[in-house]
Amino acid sequence: MAAPCPLPPPDPQFVLRGTQSPVHALHFCEGGQAQGHPLLFSGSQSGLVHIWSLQMRRALATLDGHGGQCVTWLQTLPQGHQLLSQGRDLKLCLWDLAEGRNTVMDTVRLESVGFCRSSILVRGQRWMLAVPGKGSDEVQILEMPSKTSVCTLKPEADAKLGMPMCLRLWQADCSPRPLLLAGYEDGSVTLWDVSEQKVRSRIACHAEPVMDLDFDSQKAKGISGSAGKALAVWSLSGQQALQVCGTHQLTNPGIAEVTIRPDRKILATAGWDHRIRVFHWRKMRPLAVLAFHSAAVQCVAFAADGLLAAGSKDQRISLWSLYARA
Amino acid sequence: MEPAPSRVRLAVREAIHALSSSEDGDHIFCILGSLKRYLSETEPPALPGEKEEFASAHFSPVLRCLASRLSLAWLELLPDGRLEELWASFFLEGPADQAFLVLMEAIEGAAGPSFRLMKMAQLLARFLREGRLAVLMETQCRQETQPGFPLLRETLLGKVVALPDHLGNRLQRENLAEFLPQNYFRLLGEEVVRVLQAIVDSLQGGLDSSVSFVSQVLGKACIHGRQQEILGVLVPRLAELTQGSCLHQRVCWRLMEQVPDRAMEAVLTGLVEAAQGPEVLSRLLGNLVVKNKKAQFVMTRKLLFLQSRLTTPMLQSLLGYLATDSQRRPLLLQVLKELLETWGSSSAVRHTPLLQQRHVSKAILICLVHLREPELRDSRDELLASMMAGVKCRLDSSLPSVRHLGMIVAEVISARIHPEGPPLKFQYEDDELSLELLALASHQPAGDGASEAGTSLAAATAESPVETPAETVDGGVPQARLAVSDSELDSDDEFVPYDMSGDRELKSSKAPAYVRDCVEALTTSEDIERWEAALRALEGLVYRNSTATQEVSMELAKVLLHLEEKTCVVGFEQLRQRALVAVTVTDPARVADYLTSQFYALNYSLRQRMDILDVLTLAAQELSGPRCLRRAPQPGSPSPGTQCLQVAAASQPGSAVASGWRVVVEERIRSKTRRLSKGGLRQGPAGSPNRFSSVAGHFFFPLLQRFDRPLVTFDLLGDDQLVLGRLTHTLGALMCLAVNTTVAVAMGKALLEFVWALRFHVDAYVRQGLLSAVSSVLLSVPAARLLEDLPDELLEARSWLADVAEKDPDEDCRTLALRALLLLQRLKNRLLPSAAP
Repeated sequence: MAAPCPLPPPDPQFVLRGTQSPVHALHFCEGGQAQGHPLLFSGSQSGLVHIWSLQMRRALATLDGHGGQCVTWLQTLPQGHQLLSQGRDLKLCLWDLAEGRNTVMDTVRLESVGFCRSSILVRGQRWMLAVPGKGSDEVQILEMPSKTSVCTLKPEADAKLGMPMCLRLWQADCSPRPLLLAGYEDGSVTLWDVSEQKVRSRIACHAEPVMDLDFDSQKAKGISGSAGKALAVWSLSGQQALQVCGTHQLTNPGIAEVTIRPDRKILATAGWDHRIRVFHWRKMRPLAVLAFHSAAVQCVAFAADGLLAAGSKDQRISLWSLYARA
Repeated sequence: MEPAPSRVRLAVREAIHALSSSEDGDHIFCILGSLKRYLSETEPPALPGEKEEFASAHFSPVLRCLASRLSLAWLELLPDGRLEELWASFFLEGPADQAFLVLMEAIEGAAGPSFRLMKMAQLLARFLREGRLAVLMETQCRQETQPGFPLLRETLLGKVVALPDHLGNRLQRENLAEFLPQNYFRLLGEEVVRVLQAIVDSLQGGLDSSVSFVSQVLGKACIHGRQQEILGVLVPRLAELTQGSCLHQRVCWRLMEQVPDRAMEAVLTGLVEAAQGPEVLSRLLGNLVVKNKKAQFVMTRKLLFLQSRLTTPMLQSLLGYLATDSQRRPLLLQVLKELLETWGSSSAVRHTPLLQQRHVSKAILICLVHLREPELRDSRDELLASMMAGVKCRLDSSLPSVRHLGMIVAEVISARIHPEGPPLKFQYEDDELSLELLALASHQPAGDGASEAGTSLAAATAESPVETPAETVDGGVPQARLAVSDSELDSDDEFVPYDMSGDRELKSSKAPAYVRDCVEALTTSEDIERWEAALRALEGLVYRNSTATQEVSMELAKVLLHLEEKTCVVGFEQLRQRALVAVTVTDPARVADYLTSQFYALNYSLRQRMDILDVLTLAAQELSGPRCLRRAPQPGSPSPGTQCLQVAAASQPGSAVASGWRVVVEERIRSKTRRLSKGGLRQGPAGSPNRFSSVAGHFFFPLLQRFDRPLVTFDLLGDDQLVLGRLTHTLGALMCLAVNTTVAVAMGKALLEFVWALRFHVDAYVRQGLLSAVSSVLLSVPAARLLEDLPDELLEARSWLADVAEKDPDEDCRTLALRALLLLQRLKNRLLPSAAP
């Protein structure tokens, strides 16, 4: 099946320098100022959020709202011009970016000092936010923008799951009930029914803490990466039970982030081994190993047009154009 | 006064007279016919008393007379060969023993090839064909019970067994196929079966008989070395016959018991070789080993300890035979004890060839399979003691195959003797030998009356490799399932994988960039990753920066020599060795001096000392080889361009300048020269000076200096003979690499002295090293110098080599000595033509 002589791995399309600090979070924002050229947000360890123009390939603005503490998560709201940033200063800031403004509109106080990234689920004007909760093993669900706490998802006392490491809120098309996928410190992935505050299903698919997961709601299939040497692919059956489809062994341990491209054809992982790995999502066939960074890659993100961005501890953000969308 | 001659005597006398004188065919026919009456039932029959008298007293003279009369003319006295037919019938129908003896006598007495001789030979062949030999033996067996003539029997025995020899001598080229030993002894085997059958029949009929003559025939044939032919026929038939019949078995046992002592060994050896499995052997021999001292000696000592020619199935049937009967089982235990004693004796380990040791080991394993738990328990301590002694001296041995043998046997023995204890486990590679031995050990003796052939052994060996792949297949399932689980199809042509060969285990990028940094990292660094990276980078760095390395070469060598594996680094030994070699090559004189001085220093482990030797050999090899071959296989070396520059710069300080003008001149010549056609640009291998030449002494002589001065921790001539073996091999290799150097003559002289001092060393590995050292002296030192400077040493070496080639117990030693002798011979041949005029 393989081509007789495989192509050498590609080089990045371009590289963004200037964060002057390890990059911990990346996020593309579609429909930004210029048509066809999305904006890229990057969060750094020094607490700054940079807004990059991919047309000019330089930083447009810098947001400083986390008091020098690491920014771990970035997310824009679909109505545009609003950015959520999570920092290790136990704050989640909502920025207003409309018309060149860059002010903090609102902040949410967080209770957990962990590295767990939050997750949102947008329903019209209102949206739901999942953040790590006060107790070390809890997840808190907030109704936004009112910031009212809807519920706290707390595993049973004897479950010993450890801290939540990554969260993914989603809602099946046919069902009004929001669901939450959470990866825990003990290497398990758990499916919560948010409205009933109950564990629907749980699988132990890693021996090491789950570092990140992504879920493809159309195929009802997800993938998780851990601190160990394996990627796990699991699926959700009709009865909402998780089951492991298989594992994929990696050469080196440690996955910081897993992201499936919006068209669900390929996925990319950010590896502690300085490499970005690209897989065919359906077959889990390895497609490329991108070795460019000289330190651990902390985050990967896909733009809607397929552009891949990776941020690394070596303070650089590399942008790659692989398997362009038809 | 003698009694009045009987009627028979008179008739015979008359007949003999008539026969010897008469030329009338009818008359002769008539006389013979009248004599024939005494032999057969033809009319008118003679009285039984007369028949008996004729057979015992007059038959032989008549036959002799008949034999002497035989000639072409005599036979043609009557037409149609009637006379010949009648003549032959006397030999074929009368008492077989007398007929046989007269025939043999006549054949032996014949002067040379003649008509008469051929006729007699053909008659003898007919005699054999018609089964008269069986009749002969049967008669002898019958007569056993009556007092007979021992001399006659002895003669008969000799003639029967030596028939092929006599006939061969007599007939020379005209010999008949029947008399060729390979045919005759097969026939004899068949006749023996018939005799035994007849004896069984007569026993059933209530008649007494003895088999001792047959036993003697069998024994004598086996002594003559014809076991294969006679037993090859006899054993399968007997195995068949004894299967159901008790009487046959008894006769067969009796047959074996009656074999004379001096033939016992030959018969038993042949039987063990011919018998298919212990069952057959047990049926044929019965409890012979218990009854007969000689048989016991042969079966339990000679075949096991003094010979090693039995193959594994033969060993299995021999020991299986000992195990099948309760009376014989004590012998088996006894055998095991003695085998283990031999196995455990250090002198046996040293002085017996490997083949014999392997034989004994196999026998031990087979014994263990046959012995049961309670039997072993009683003599557990004794067995354990011999085993421990054996394991110790085997593990001490410097020959890998001996060590290997020790490990396998020890594992099996300890598992059998101490089944409840923790299992003894050695690390060794699975090769053909170990698989065979382990299969032997796990091979269960076949149940009573089950398969007789050794096929179960083959099955056991075939089984083991099959299991492993089945297990490994299971491990691969999850990955395979992942690929299969998605069944939907769409075109994936756009997703062509990129090259992923660069996806290796991530190594830390902390590798030092300077040699000094490496030294520091290796000595002080607590950071394991940095330490490992430094070790990996070192070889490349040393080769690239030779000047920087020379500054710290001693220090670096010291660090590397003392380096210990802190964590489990893959290929640590190799990395360290390559780095040390690189350092030695870069700064040969000083580092070699250091290493050789450390070889005899206190406080080193044997491992380190052997490492020193290895490094010296490898470095010498690299130094003596042409430069362009170097560095090719080593990863991480600089790109070819820079390497060339370095080589040019390093070889001679002024050469860069010197080659500059040459390039200019050549360029100018090329531009001014017109060439009609241009061949391919050919570049011969560039010559470079042998870098080993100037430093060979530093490598070599210090190693020779103190081998006979033992230290507290290091005694080359004592316990540490393994290192001594390595030292001798290293010296030989250095000598070999020093070919074409000026120092080679001095080295050769010193090496021959060294060899002379150690030539009677007990360890085979050391001797091998010495012998190869002699060969390398002969190869490396120029022939003229050898003759000039070392004639006495050569003479001494020659006689020693001849001695070793003949007598050494180790096969490799003998081969090496032969090679050295051949080299000497070649040397002589090369010198002779020039010396002749």
